[in-house]
Amino acid sequence: MSLRDLINKELSKWMLAPGPESDVVISSRVRLARNITGIPFPNRATPEQAKQVYNQVQKALEDRTAFNLKLVDLSRLSEIERTAMMEKHLISPMHAEGGQYKGVAFSEDEVISVMINEEDHIRAQVLYPGFQVEEAYRVVNQLDNFLESKLDFAFSEKYGYLTACPTNVGTGMRASVMVHLPGLNLANRIQQMLQGVSKLGLTVRGVFGEGTEAQGNLYQISNQVTLGRTEEEIIDNLNRVTEKIIENERYWRQQLLKERKDDLTDRIMRSYGLLMYAHKMSSEEAVRLLSDVRLGIDLGIIKNVEPNVFSELIVLTRPGYLQKIENKTLKPEERDIRRAALIRKRLRLTQS
Amino acid sequence: MLCQNCGERTASVHVTRIINGEKTELYLCEQCAREKGELDFATDPFSFHNLLAGILKPEIHPGRSFIQTDGDQCKNCQMSFAEFGRIGRFGCSECYNEFDFRLDQLLRRIHGSARHTGKIPERKGKTILIKKKIKELRNELERAVAKEEFERAAELRDRIRELERRSMFQDGGEG
Repeated sequence: MSLRDLINKELSKWMLAPGPESDVVISSRVRLARNITGIPFPNRATPEQAKQVYNQVQKALEDRTAFNLKLVDLSRLSEIERTAMMEKHLISPMHAEGGQYKGVAFSEDEVISVMINEEDHIRAQVLYPGFQVEEAYRVVNQLDNFLESKLDFAFSEKYGYLTACPTNVGTGMRASVMVHLPGLNLANRIQQMLQGVSKLGLTVRGVFGEGTEAQGNLYQISNQVTLGRTEEEIIDNLNRVTEKIIENERYWRQQLLKERKDDLTDRIMRSYGLLMYAHKMSSEEAVRLLSDVRLGIDLGIIKNVEPNVFSELIVLTRPGYLQKIENKTLKPEERDIRRAALIRKRLRLTQS
Repeated sequence: MLCQNCGERTASVHVTRIINGEKTELYLCEQCAREKGELDFATDPFSFHNLLAGILKPEIHPGRSFIQTDGDQCKNCQMSFAEFGRIGRFGCSECYNEFDFRLDQLLRRIHGSARHTGKIPERKGKTILIKKKIKELRNELERAVAKEEFERAAELRDRIRELERRSMFQDGGEG
């Protein structure tokens, strides 16, 4: 299989096309938490009850007139396969641990995914490339209406949709954007941005790595509050803040280009060079260098490389994915060698 | 007032228990209240293993009142409120009903609000609206009976029956 075919086969279709404002916003996601009335939540359900939930959802999804989703039983997948699913955000890290009567149903393009028996009975999400939170909500809302026509969701007039964790109760909705902010980081403006955002009912965390040092300048911004605001209000708030972040990020990228063009170009081209020729590469280093290259592409410093290389390689070079492609368990050292080889190959593919 | 447990120290903690609808009141000293261990005390207010658990634990302060209810267990899934405090997750959707009276404060701390204003599911929403209407009509019926307006009462009774039939259909049918 050629590398191109492999990428097309392995990656979610939505990843292969860039979305609006994708120079800053990598992806938009909206997920809804739902539970079936009367049956204990997954943390407390007996295997029999968990099975009941699984079967009910399976039955609801058999009607493919509205949504054509394919259901996979997680207990039938290997650990590597589950990890790879997590790395492309189809399932959560908690779900990737697997277990009995846990499942995921997804659409062919992998835009839609429905997790069964995660923290809640149902976690439905829609994931789009670029800045499209409203569109993601529109689709997940339709999916929710469809599921509600088949299943009896736990809902209270007072508290809204009832969830295992009280931090999700109400709308049960978490709307988020994944943003790439190398400009703000190089201009030392990240801390200010993080503080500002957290004052507005939103949470920011690094996509990779712990603490404030987010690897690859990738951040996830999402709503913190789920109760007492409507879905529209929550999305509107996230959208407004994200627009401001986009504006700021672009401003600082231009400032850097104006004031420190040689330093910036040197940094970007060095990272590019390492990716093109290194023999061993850790996933941390890969993410960091790929972030530089993506910035270089967005600023026109690196030409003839598609911007998508970034999102593709960020997923493909994760430990689980790498092992899935190779179809075997690899030691960390072996992974670093395969990772470097894959990156070299992928970057040359786009040059020719 | 002396502590009702030891009868020695001055009572400074007021515990109200509501078990199977029966209210009992207890006046204890701080030491006995801690020793009885019925309440999940925060012994060190600064040690938050878990932020949520920290929010939930009632702090023992002289002069404060506490309310306990029904052995503190959800009837549907048997989760206790103390257990919820430890793991930070409810056991089932019924827990929200069972622990209702303690939720407002918790939810307001998390969300700044304790009332849902967002989406109402279509099918279930209908049942909620019908149930609300039935409640209103029942109150009206009582008033009509009290005022001896029997013709009006009969009319209201018929409307309630009709709505009850529809709500049963909503609940049971259309699965």
